[in-house]
Amino acid sequence: MADTNRRNVLTRLTVGASAALLAGCDKISQSASGSDFLKKGSDLAYKAQRLFAGRDALAPEFSKADIAPVFRANGTLDPASDDYKAHAANNFRDWRVKVGGLVEHPFEISLAELRALPSRTQITRHDCVEGWSCIGEWTGAPLRPILAKARPKENARFVLFHCADDMSSDENTEQFYYETLDLVEALHPQTILAYDLNGKPLPVANGAPLRLRAERQLGYKMAKYVNGIELVESFANIRGGNGGYWEDQGYTWWAGI
Amino acid sequence: MAFLSHAEDAPETRLVYRHTLWVRIAHWVNAGVLLIMLMSGLQIFNAHPALYWGVTSHFDKPLLSMTAIQTPTGEIRGITQIGSARFDTTGVFGASEIFGQTAVRGFPAWATLPSWRSLASGRQWHFFFAWLFVFNGLAFAVYAFASRHFGRDLLPKKRDLENIGKDIIDHLHLRFPKGEEALHYNVLQKLAYFTVIFILGPLIVLTGLTMSPTMNSALPELLFIFGGRQSARTIHFLCAFGFVIFFVVHMVMVILSGPLNNLRAIITGRYGIEADNG
Repeated sequence: MADTNRRNVLTRLTVGASAALLAGCDKISQSASGSDFLKKGSDLAYKAQRLFAGRDALAPEFSKADIAPVFRANGTLDPASDDYKAHAANNFRDWRVKVGGLVEHPFEISLAELRALPSRTQITRHDCVEGWSCIGEWTGAPLRPILAKARPKENARFVLFHCADDMSSDENTEQFYYETLDLVEALHPQTILAYDLNGKPLPVANGAPLRLRAERQLGYKMAKYVNGIELVESFANIRGGNGGYWEDQGYTWWAGI
Repeated sequence: MAFLSHAEDAPETRLVYRHTLWVRIAHWVNAGVLLIMLMSGLQIFNAHPALYWGVTSHFDKPLLSMTAIQTPTGEIRGITQIGSARFDTTGVFGASEIFGQTAVRGFPAWATLPSWRSLASGRQWHFFFAWLFVFNGLAFAVYAFASRHFGRDLLPKKRDLENIGKDIIDHLHLRFPKGEEALHYNVLQKLAYFTVIFILGPLIVLTGLTMSPTMNSALPELLFIFGGRQSARTIHFLCAFGFVIFFVVHMVMVILSGPLNNLRAIITGRYGIEADNG
């Protein structure tokens, strides 16, 4: 009988310890310092992947036959602001992108001017952080020459994308979507400001009239409704300080994994 | 640990040093890390509770999905679909209770980390502990090869494999090796440990890496090997399931073959065997 008792004690100890462990893990998930500590795993992934993947190593490209019949849209599907709606009603003819921040030569570029620049078309796989993948054909202006034209200053380290979709659920505050890429990702040959999806102008749900494509990253890095590009030295003092809208909600800045 | 001492020991028991310190450390680190990897992995799965085969997600024909429907009376039912077979799995898969309310979610709150829905947090846990899983696994592999633990104890030999029929029958009759024979892993143990450590472990790491878009640019071969990102995700999930099956069988065998003796062995290293001349 002593044996059964021992087993009972052992079972209870195991169950009790597991429950305590999991409750502890939940507490860590909730705390800011716990979350910051866990994010070090992702910081290490960033360093390891920068070391392991070449600067210009290309994301796989696919054939026309692989294109999904419907490209799944996620996040903002239809920006609600009057300003955006007016642009959409006008077929985005007056849409302009401001390029500025830490550059020698800030400028503004219209959608028509962007379309007149040399373009790149790529059929790539889009990976949502949720886990699904979808293939589409994107056409757009490579970011590299646009940044070169602006002549980034020595201390510019990140490219910040301003967007027209307001994520705030409160009418009195504005919280526009934003994202940041480091220069390696921003200057990558497949990083483009896309204006066409599958040979047609970008649908509103997919970021019309302009969305970022950074093909070695997860979907949330690829800002939609882009209306501004700003070079910055650090994003520590911008908005939530984490370098992006979803990053400010706890998602990791490095989204290569 | 006094209560772990000679509980099940026959009168003529001799203690043998069975598990070295490194094996014991690797075992317990792995046990904790795998639990967190599994639960945070299920949290990540819950963000899109469906699996596909191939490069992309064919949303209309998943291999497996966990969804929820609302009945005309307003009740939420969880539905698990495997291929074309549908099962009502309310309470466990598809819809289950959290904070006293029925919620639409793949795996239930008790199986995920954190318990509430947070893809961001699940990813933080998963990608932190993934490093520990890899480092611990590599350290163990280096130790196993350097100390010859691998060749001596884990790799099934030709002679082992020839006796596999007898071993299966013995296991089915719950007859476990005694005496000197118990000093070595039997062929089923060797196969199980070898498969989990040297096949399932690397496979789950590689399929995990195959889901990383940056890795895809660095090592596109991985995509080719696993048949695309969504196939890799499915294999990753199946590997995790494999670890769960291993864990269940491992626990059953530990309990059936003398739980306290086994537990003592994996904590202190010392395993009791019946003396042959007893």
